[in-house]
Amino acid sequence: MSTTEVKPTRPWAASPKDRALTASSVLLSVAITVGIVLGTPMKGKLAYFFVFLLTWLIVDSLYVVRKFGAKGVRDGLAAKITLYGAVMVSMAVFSILWATVSEGVAGLNLAFVTENMRNASFFDPIGKGGVLHAIIGTLELILISIIIAVPMGILTALYLTEIKGKAAGLIQFLVQAMSGVPSVVAGLFIYAAIILNTPLRPSAFLGGLALSILMIPTVTRTAQEVLNLVPSDLREAGLAMGATQWKTVALVVLPAARSGLITATILGVARIAGETAPLLFTVGVFDGYNFNPFVGGTGTLPTVIWAGLGAGTPEAAQRAWSAILILLIVVLIMFVLARTVGSRQFKKK
Amino acid sequence: MEIQTNTEKNGTQMSEQNRTTPSSLSDVAAKRAEAKVAGTTPLGTGLEARGVHAWFSKHHALSDVSLDFSAGTVTALIGPSGCGKSTFIRTLNRMHEFIPNTSMAGQVLLDGKDIYEPGIDVTKIRLQIGMVFQKPNPFPSMTIGENVLSGLKLAQLKVSNQEELLEECLVRAGLWNEVKDRLGAHAGGLSGGQQQRLCIARALAVKPKVLLMDEPCSALDPGSTLRIEETISQLSKSMTIVIVTHNMQQAARVSDYTAFFLSDGGPGQMIEVGPTNEIFSRPRDERTENYVTGRFG
Amino acid sequence: MSIDAPAKVIPQARLITTKPRVSDQIFRGIVTAFSFSALIILALIAAFLLLKGFSTLKEQGLGFITNFEWSVTTDDAGKEIADFGLQAMLIGTVVISFIALILAVPLAVLTALFLTFYAPERVKKVLVTIVDLMAAFPSILYGLWGLFILMPMAVYWAELLHKWLGWIPLFDVPQPIFTRSPFIAGLVLAVMIIPIITSVSREVFAQTPLDRVQAAYALGATKWGVIKAVVLPFGANGVVGGAMLGLGRAFGETVAVYFVLNIVFRTNFEILFTQGGNVASMIVLKFGEAGPTEVGALMASGLILFLLTLIVNFIANAVVNRTVKSGR
Repeated sequence: MSTTEVKPTRPWAASPKDRALTASSVLLSVAITVGIVLGTPMKGKLAYFFVFLLTWLIVDSLYVVRKFGAKGVRDGLAAKITLYGAVMVSMAVFSILWATVSEGVAGLNLAFVTENMRNASFFDPIGKGGVLHAIIGTLELILISIIIAVPMGILTALYLTEIKGKAAGLIQFLVQAMSGVPSVVAGLFIYAAIILNTPLRPSAFLGGLALSILMIPTVTRTAQEVLNLVPSDLREAGLAMGATQWKTVALVVLPAARSGLITATILGVARIAGETAPLLFTVGVFDGYNFNPFVGGTGTLPTVIWAGLGAGTPEAAQRAWSAILILLIVVLIMFVLARTVGSRQFKKK
Repeated sequence: MEIQTNTEKNGTQMSEQNRTTPSSLSDVAAKRAEAKVAGTTPLGTGLEARGVHAWFSKHHALSDVSLDFSAGTVTALIGPSGCGKSTFIRTLNRMHEFIPNTSMAGQVLLDGKDIYEPGIDVTKIRLQIGMVFQKPNPFPSMTIGENVLSGLKLAQLKVSNQEELLEECLVRAGLWNEVKDRLGAHAGGLSGGQQQRLCIARALAVKPKVLLMDEPCSALDPGSTLRIEETISQLSKSMTIVIVTHNMQQAARVSDYTAFFLSDGGPGQMIEVGPTNEIFSRPRDERTENYVTGRFG
Repeated sequence: MSIDAPAKVIPQARLITTKPRVSDQIFRGIVTAFSFSALIILALIAAFLLLKGFSTLKEQGLGFITNFEWSVTTDDAGKEIADFGLQAMLIGTVVISFIALILAVPLAVLTALFLTFYAPERVKKVLVTIVDLMAAFPSILYGLWGLFILMPMAVYWAELLHKWLGWIPLFDVPQPIFTRSPFIAGLVLAVMIIPIITSVSREVFAQTPLDRVQAAYALGATKWGVIKAVVLPFGANGVVGGAMLGLGRAFGETVAVYFVLNIVFRTNFEILFTQGGNVASMIVLKFGEAGPTEVGALMASGLILFLLTLIVNFIANAVVNRTVKSGR
């Protein structure tokens, strides 16, 4: 019986020899790629990219076929092709992020975030006029949407998780159906229902109503998930103490799910922060500050971008990029918040 | 604990109605040793484990197990739950490494060659060392016939006569008569015992040298269990079999050798190995004796 | 002497009732009422769109869906002659959505497979974040990116496609103008729907029953062998459900399409050519200058779009719920 310490090993993991082989196959493929591209009329980064993808598949298959046979080649191809898919998707995302930052940064200056467009037009060079009114407008919209959609979303989720009435299946189905409503339809609906029938004219409030239609399903779905995660022992403890159901929900269940509900709100906001189509029908445009959500149009980041692109000049395009950079930052903040708040909820439990 | 064992071995009727004692089990084992048909074909040197350890992340689950499975024998691995028998058997066909963050040490030699050697084609190893699991797991999207031959398809093996192989495997698994008319039916319609025999046929189709069985009968009724045990006896003429079992009577019925595993709170270890009738009648280690006499486990 | 035991009578279960307190009744009432809001809102949407679009639908009849003309003119007598036919836009919607599906589903499934079976832990976390981030990008961002960044590259690809495969009618063009084509709109839409298809596919792949996977490995299968024999058959339904969710999203996409597609009221199957449209972006395009009659027609268009996406999403959710959530 030996008493020396035996070291755990992983003989199936990639050995240095394996890694060297992979590296050599990559390098060889790169060399061949460069050779092919230079020697043929192909040009551009695209040519290098796709030729490399093909070449590496072939080179590595040759490496593998001797020892592992046809099925080893298939396995290797599958591993690489799935990698290619993931890489291409990542490239698209990075392209979007990079474009936004690199194009948008050029137009960012102090004026951009502290002024509005009352005294400037899209055709003016950068430095004159800004989007503060749009930022404020977007924040107004977000606030209104939260006030309308979050209570409704949470109440609907409560019906599905706490009351579980006979209509639960129907409600679940309807919430899913609602999440598929196209954003343009939401805007059209508010226009048809309110602007055409009542004296109300486009305003932030109506925009908020339209956005709520899109926000409620997101809030409901996430809230439902987090409410279901609240252990039923807590509810039973409350009821066993003689509390009514609503007291149990209000004082036990909701606080327990608090950070999850905040996540639901944040995810809902991320969903609607960048929506454009509904606003085109319901919010109108306005170049200055409007702190009254019920009267008069207001600028919002998406509509400013929309108008800027419509104007067609390079300056307008620049403004559009800078505005969308700001919008992206808003969305990213929501995104990061949702993840940190959400993960804290699950870490605590 | 009243156990009635009614086994028919070479015409001898045995029924015990008292406590399971080593002597009764060893009688069974001794009968089996007598009944074992001589004349094994040369099957190579079999499977050998040398100093095998296994870890799950930092947890040392199995320590220093060395076992030699001679060709053409049936070895049973017995021991209480959680002592590493399943972990060990999974190191024998390199299934242990599928669990994330696992590691091992030691060697497992098939015909003298270490299956853990770097750069080896592990899928070829698994063709030679087959496995039957506790819960029958035929592929539900395939028919019975397709299930049996699925190993060939997965390994891209060409076989000259597929129908012949199909029939041969189902016959050896003891399932042919029951399914020969419905090879095109879906595997999900079979009973548990039939599904397990289908899994055995499937494992046989790729002609393994070793067959590992991880509690293959624990989810089945006694009738199916008995039929599978008959299959095991037949199969052992042409391959090496290692079977993990919780059922000591089963170990006594089917195995030539038995290895006893135990964990005393630390890593599992192989306490004792020997011919089955000796383990049950004259175990050398006190812990083995305590287990086989039913004092614990 | 044997005594017959009296036959056992099993009593009927008691009906347990409780009368909830008033506060609870109010609570339940409020919650129930608000959760029916989903129903009310959907019904109202359909109702108002129908109301405002009714005259158009009545006048155009079935032709609303099948005709190709879209024009409002006034004749010499000052009377308005209106012809509203959505077919070109409906076909356009389907064309670009299917281009998007054909491009997105393979990429999404490959990414989902990579994440579930190949990616090392740290790479997986990063990649999952990237895919979730994609889902959070506003559609106007995709529009901008599509217009300014993707367009030059996509035009080049279209030229290549036309050069080598132009003999196929799909890739032929009446004139060599490749900007703002259905092909490019399909590309942008593909990027937009990849996250949802990837998410659903990942969920279903991760649920592949372990015992089948182990059985395949034990038979000497390679990782790809296991994926082909066990994972994909198991996950096929879920992937289809995810693809349909993506399709529903693509049907309703407005702003991104508006920027990268030249909206023309003509059915165009030559996807590399600068002509196409979908219902949602058409509504936005026409809305700015629409008179009352045309607004009515746009409302009717909205109704058709609403019903279309409702149906697709209904089927998609049915498939996803059955296969993914229940863990078949």
